[in-house]
Amino acid sequence: MNRYRGTLAGSLATYTILCLLAVVFLVPFYVLLRNAFMTTPEITATDWHWLPSALRGDNFTALFDNPERPFGRSLVNSLVIAVITAPVSTLLASMAGYALARIAVPGRGVVLALIVGTLMIPQAVTFLPTFVVVGSMGGVNTMWGLLAPGLFNAFAVVLFRSFYVSFPAEIEEAGRLDGLSHLGVYGRIILPNSLTMIASLGALSFIEAWNSFLWPLMIGQDPNSWTVQIALSSFLTSQTVDLPELFAGTAVAILPLVVMFLVAQRHIVQGIAMSGLKS
Amino acid sequence: MTVTGTRPLDQARPAPAATPRRRRLSERQSKALAFAVLTAPMLIGLGVFRYVAIAWSFLLSFSEARRTISLGDWVGLANYRQLLGDERFRDSLTMIVLFTALIVPVTFAASLGLAVLVNRIRRGRAFFRTAFLLPAAVSYVAAAMLWKMALFSGVPSGLANTLGALFGAEATPWIQTTSPPLYWIVLVTLRLWLQVGLYMILFIAGLQSVPPQLYEAAALDGAGPWRTFRSVTFPMLRSTSVAILLLMLIAALQAFDEFYAIFSTGASLGSEPVRTPLMHLYGVALQDQDYGVGSAGAFLLTLLIVLVTLLQGRILGFARNKD
Repeated sequence: MNRYRGTLAGSLATYTILCLLAVVFLVPFYVLLRNAFMTTPEITATDWHWLPSALRGDNFTALFDNPERPFGRSLVNSLVIAVITAPVSTLLASMAGYALARIAVPGRGVVLALIVGTLMIPQAVTFLPTFVVVGSMGGVNTMWGLLAPGLFNAFAVVLFRSFYVSFPAEIEEAGRLDGLSHLGVYGRIILPNSLTMIASLGALSFIEAWNSFLWPLMIGQDPNSWTVQIALSSFLTSQTVDLPELFAGTAVAILPLVVMFLVAQRHIVQGIAMSGLKS
Repeated sequence: MTVTGTRPLDQARPAPAATPRRRRLSERQSKALAFAVLTAPMLIGLGVFRYVAIAWSFLLSFSEARRTISLGDWVGLANYRQLLGDERFRDSLTMIVLFTALIVPVTFAASLGLAVLVNRIRRGRAFFRTAFLLPAAVSYVAAAMLWKMALFSGVPSGLANTLGALFGAEATPWIQTTSPPLYWIVLVTLRLWLQVGLYMILFIAGLQSVPPQLYEAAALDGAGPWRTFRSVTFPMLRSTSVAILLLMLIAALQAFDEFYAIFSTGASLGSEPVRTPLMHLYGVALQDQDYGVGSAGAFLLTLLIVLVTLLQGRILGFARNKD
């Protein structure tokens, strides 16, 4: 009896703390949405209003009509980059990961070391060299320049490799006996059986591509090759800040990902749990 | 190649070596071909965008390379000396070390605490996990906009100032106040909000691998929650903790996005009152077009990261020996 009361009080305290913290974590989202529908006088009013006076869409139309900041174009750019990067980078990593796990050829260790070796190099040292290389190939202000370096994810290779190492060998052998080549086994058997893994790393890769900042800032110098994050940051470096437009823009930059996040949550959690523990 | 596939299995199996070898690629060749096709895209990509790039930049760091990225005149360590002699770069190094020293312990404690709390409850775990992880979908730039223009804006309508007014505090310009440096509150809470959920998930994964018998034993010994945490949970999370600390350190030392979004005014980059080494280098490389000095800076920053990483291994290694 005593013990029961103790755990009840304990779990009540735990729930209270967690609820308070959850409110704190969700408040920024609420403030963002509130401001995205407010007018400048409403946003800057000294007394706090919980809700905007009306659900008007003016801020969003103004955001897309501003000729100095091609917001629509930047959204398209970001979408194209994320939609290409997520499946391609995940597929390339899966291919290499499978070969490194299951196809025993001489020199495999060297290839593995070459790929894993790039993980030791901090991003800080690669941003300028990569700019030098992509710049010298004429990649500044181009879509391929924005895209290409993000397609090669050595970290995902390591994750896929350890996933395939524990893949049941019988299925592959059955495929081989049915006359499939090694490539056929990969395409017909391995790939369809790694969809969960591909979904989880693909979702993470999508988020990363959509949110990346330093590389698009360097390579997309012309407003037409801005990504949505660059367009967003341009609010703060312009002379006057239009607050309703800024909050509408921030909401547009955040909401697609938040929705995707909620939909793909299980995969994303799995991906994070896997990627973190293996590092 | 599919010809062999139509043959009955029992005939194919006893003679694997002799017959098929003449008509198709030998097993060894077919393996090598598959390996090459599957790994080539990754190897070429990493070769061009990592290995070639880094080798090129390393040579540039010893060259006079203004407005050019071709390898020009060899100047030895002059670029490194110039950067280390630059007070603004040294200030940015101090800034990033301070930032790391602040953000890493705070995020570590907060994410571990959240993980323990969420792991303890029976109902509603999924809800709380989502609430704390949701900010991870937000970019640093978008979060910086929110923090700068809504939550910690200097005007009375900012959320922090609105809450402060409830307690009779006056409106504070959080970002502009340098003594005391209130902008640290803005920087630390922002990164905490964005990252704590990710690390919480990693800690939860670690917590769930702790054998329940250990908790039962602790309960039998009459250990309270704090004692159980200190003697069972924390030691069992050792390898998770070491990995998470390393991830946090590396992420903090390379900070750029939120500092840029909060402090950049669009004027010459690297001249902001608060800036990180990467911001300084971005200014040197893209605005002054000095790729030699920029490259040197990238390698100096890498050296710092490697040193901190080794130091961490050293300290935690000693602690382990003592056990």
